[in-house]
Amino acid sequence: MTVEAHSAPVFREDTPRPVTGLRLLLRTRPELVLAPTLLVVLLLVWQYGVIWLDVPAYILPPPSDVAVALWRGLDAGIFSRGGYWLHTGVTLSEVLLGFVIGSTAGLVLGTIISQVRIIEATFSVYLIAIQSLPKIALAPIIVLWFGFGLTSKVVIICLLTFFPLLVNSMAGFRAVEPERIELMRAIGANGWQMFWKVRLPSAMPYIFAGLDMAAVFAVVGAVVGEFVGAQRGLGVLILSMNASMDTAGTFSVFIILSLIGVLLHGVLKIISRRVLFWSGTGQNTHSTGT
Amino acid sequence: MALETARLAEPLSIPEDRTQKATTKPAIQISHLDKIFLTVRNERVHALSDISLSVAEREFVTIVGPSGCGKSTLLKIMAGLLPLTSGDLRVVGAPVSRPRRDIGVVFQSPVLLPWRTVLENVLLPAEVQGLPQATSLARARDLLKMVGLADFENKYPGELSGGMQQRAAISRGLVCDPAILLMDEPFGALDAMTREQMNLDLQRIWRESGKTIILITHSIPEAVFLGDRVVVMTPRPGRIARIVDVPLPRPRTLETLGDATFGRLSSDIRRLLYSLGDAEPASEGGGLG
Ligand SMILES: Nc1ncnc2c1ncn2[C@@H]1O[C@H](COP(=O)(O)OP(=O)(O)OP(=O)(O)O)[C@@H](O)[C@H]1O
Ligand SMILES: [Mg+2]
Repeated sequence: MTVEAHSAPVFREDTPRPVTGLRLLLRTRPELVLAPTLLVVLLLVWQYGVIWLDVPAYILPPPSDVAVALWRGLDAGIFSRGGYWLHTGVTLSEVLLGFVIGSTAGLVLGTIISQVRIIEATFSVYLIAIQSLPKIALAPIIVLWFGFGLTSKVVIICLLTFFPLLVNSMAGFRAVEPERIELMRAIGANGWQMFWKVRLPSAMPYIFAGLDMAAVFAVVGAVVGEFVGAQRGLGVLILSMNASMDTAGTFSVFIILSLIGVLLHGVLKIISRRVLFWSGTGQNTHSTGT
Repeated sequence: MALETARLAEPLSIPEDRTQKATTKPAIQISHLDKIFLTVRNERVHALSDISLSVAEREFVTIVGPSGCGKSTLLKIMAGLLPLTSGDLRVVGAPVSRPRRDIGVVFQSPVLLPWRTVLENVLLPAEVQGLPQATSLARARDLLKMVGLADFENKYPGELSGGMQQRAAISRGLVCDPAILLMDEPFGALDAMTREQMNLDLQRIWRESGKTIILITHSIPEAVFLGDRVVVMTPRPGRIARIVDVPLPRPRTLETLGDATFGRLSSDIRRLLYSLGDAEPASEGGGLG
C-alpha cells in the first residue's frame, strides 16, 4: 500500500476552462468529428486502392463511379422507370406500411398478453420458439399467396416486425420493478392507473429497442420480398442492374436503401429521446435480441 | 410476553394535548400475527412470530430490531400489501385485505418514477385518488418546502441525491394527509443534521395533524426521540422482545437528546438488542446519536 502511495501518479483534473469551437465539439461529441473523418479516409482508400490495384469495375467500382450512378438515377424523372424515385417511393411505402402495421400489432398483442400472467407464461413458450425461426424464408410463399404487388411485401415486413415488438414489449412488462407496482398498490391505484402511470412507461425502453430492431427488419423484408417477386422497388432495380453487371448502379441503390434505414432509425431516435429522456441506461441495453 | 401485553395499554405519561386518546379505539390492532414466506424454491421462511401490538389513535410508535427481523414485512402487512399467515390485524376496527386510502406508506427505498418530476411524483397519490388538484398542489409544494426541496420540484429523480429522493418520497407519503402513516426507515439516507431537522418536522406534523404514526428505524436515539413507545424486535423470526414506554414530555427538542431519561432509555434498548443474541447492534443508521 505505502509503495503504491509513493509511485501512484496523482489523478486530478485541472480547473475546467471553457473551450470553444472545434475543441468543444471534440470534447463533447467527438463522434461528430471523427465519424465523418473516418468515412472520408475509407472512401479515399477505396477510390485509390481500386485504381492502383486495377480492379475491374464490374467487380468493385470506385466510389466516384457509384456517385455518378447515384446522380444519374436521381436526375431521371420522378416517374421514369429507369430512375430511382419511383422505386424508392414503392420500397419506402412498403417499409413504412409494414413497419407501422406489424409493430403496432406486435405491441398491442404483447401488451394484452402481458396483462395476465398465466396467458403470458403459456404464450412465451411458443413465442420464444417462433422468435428464433428464420421467418424471412417464408417470403416466397407469401409472394405466392399475395401476388407481386405491394401487399405481399407489406405482409412480409409485418411478419418480420411483429415479433421484435411482441417479444420486447412482453419482456418490458415483465421487467417492471415490483417496488413500483407495490407503490401503486399502496396508494390505491386501480388496474388502469397501474397500466398508464407505471407499467407502460416502465416498458418503454424495451418497446423502443424493439422498434429499432423492427426498423432494420423492415428494410430487409422489403428488399427480400422484391427479390422474390415484384415489378417495382429498389430490390427489383438491384436485380436488373446485377443482371447487366452494373455494379456501380447496384451500390448506388444500396446507398438509397441504407438511407431509408438511417432515416427510420433517426426518426425513432428523435422520438425516443423525447419519450425516454429519463432512461439513463439508454434504450439499447434493453434489447432482447431476435 | 404477558408482561409486555400488559404494558401496551398506555404510555406512562400522557401529554396534555393528547389526553383524549384513551377513549378512542385503537388505530391498529394486531394479535398473534405470524408471517411465513414461501420462497420460489418452496422453502418456508418464518419472518414474524406471534406479534401482538395495539397502536392507539394519534400515537407515535417506533420499531427497532436487527436487520432481517421482519420489520418491513410487518409494515407491509399493516399497509395491506402482504397477506398475513395467521393471527389477526384490524385497522380502525376493520380487518385488512388490501391497501386503504387512509394509510400512507413511506417505503425503505424512495421508489420515485423517473419520468415524473419531483413535484409530479409527490402528487402521484393525490392524482390516483382523484383529490382536488388545487389543494393537493398547494400541499405538495408546502411539503417539498418543508423537506427542503422547494427549488427542486421541477427536477427529475435522477438528478437528486439518495437523501433528496428519500425526502421527496416522504412528501409523497404525506400528500394525501393520511390518518395513519407507516414509515420504513425514512431517514436512513440522510446526514445527521438533516435527519434531526426531519425528526423535528415529523414530530410537528404529527402533533398538528393528529396522525397515528408507526416508524421503523435502525437508529435507537431516533426511535426514543420520536416514539411514545419503542417496539424492540428479536432476530428472525421476528418477535416483540419488549415494548418500551418513553415518558419524555412533548414537544421534544434537541435538548431532549441530553436528557438523562433519554440517555438511559437509549442505552437500555441498545443493551437489550445486544442481549438478544448475535444480532448486530441496530445503530448502524447513524442519525441522532
Ligand atoms: N418475498 C419474500 N419471500 C421470501 N422471504 C422474504 C420475502 N420478503 C422478506 N423475506 C424474508 O423475511 C425476512 C424479513 O425481511 P424484512 O425485509 O421484513 O426485514 P427487515 O427487518 O425490514 O430488515 P432490514 O432492517 O434490513 O430492512 C428476511 O429474512 C427476508 O429474507
Ligand atoms: Mg426493512
